Amino acid sequence: MTVAELATKLNLRLLTKTEATKKVTGVYTGDLLSWVMSHAKKNDAWVTVHTHVNIVAVAVLAELACIIIPEGIAVEAATLAKAEAEGVILLGSDLTAAELCWRIYEVLH
Amino acid sequence: MSKSIQLHFELPGNDLALAGEASSKVKKTLNQLGLKPAVVKKTAVAMYEAEINAIIHAGGGTLAATIDQEKVVVVVRDQGPGIADLELAMQEGYSTAPEKIREMGFGAGMGLPNMKRHADLLEIESAVGQGTVVTIIVYL
Ligand SMILES: Nc1ncnc2c1ncn2[C@@H]1O[C@H](COP(=O)(O)OP(=O)(O)O)[C@@H](O)[C@H]1O
Ligand SMILES: [Mg+2]
Repeated sequence: MTVAELATKLNLRLLTKTEATKKVTGVYTGDLLSWVMSHAKKNDAWVTVHTHVNIVAVAVLAELACIIIPEGIAVEAATLAKAEAEGVILLGSDLTAAELCWRIYEVLH
Repeated sequence: MSKSIQLHFELPGNDLALAGEASSKVKKTLNQLGLKPAVVKKTAVAMYEAEINAIIHAGGGTLAATIDQEKVVVVVRDQGPGIADLELAMQEGYSTAPEKIREMGFGAGMGLPNMKRHADLLEIESAVGQGTVVTIIVYL
């Protein structure tokens, strides 16, 4: 499934202008960047409450499908700009991290 | 590849926003060279942790990557405070990162263990008051 298709299914808001054609095959949540770097799998959607610019490098290095910010948390403009420059897709949702993981798991399986 | 490829980056210590930039660029090169995904992943995780450490614990430094026919070598060098007790620093969960850094999701005390786990060879030379040199080797 592509990130765009996932966004449609779960009513996620696309926050970046990055083309949402990347493939998503799993979901991972966590807010410790080291942990995410080494444990998230390639093409996972990453759910995190962090909105600072450093999340973009983590998504690039771990080859994540996209970053999803839960609970309607606002994202800094600098983070969105950096994500677009690096081809990273950022999405927003009003669901909690737990709800997002459950729903994403459900639509992927 | 008949010759080796060398990349060099400055790691500015005053701009946390740029943390991870050098590793991202090296990783792009590794992918362009067509290296195995597992090699790229191992290198990416290990060098990212080394880069972050130089920035958050040592006020910045340099990152140099060399790729030849058999391996990727990443050397991250800083002139920070050094590591007094390396054995302690290597322990999972040990961190001296300030609260402000932890709030950003850094400072989990996972960096050095992560480097150890992902690098095929990890060498850390550190002298208190002089700095730290981290060498990461991943075989192709
Ligand atoms: N380049 C460095 N210069 C000085 N101290 C360092 C350096 N790298 C690591 N350390 C020390 O080792 C500790 C553990 O490092 P690490 O495992 O990466 O965890 P973290 O970075 O999350 O604190 C750090 O908190 C710090 O005290
Ligand atoms: Mg660290």
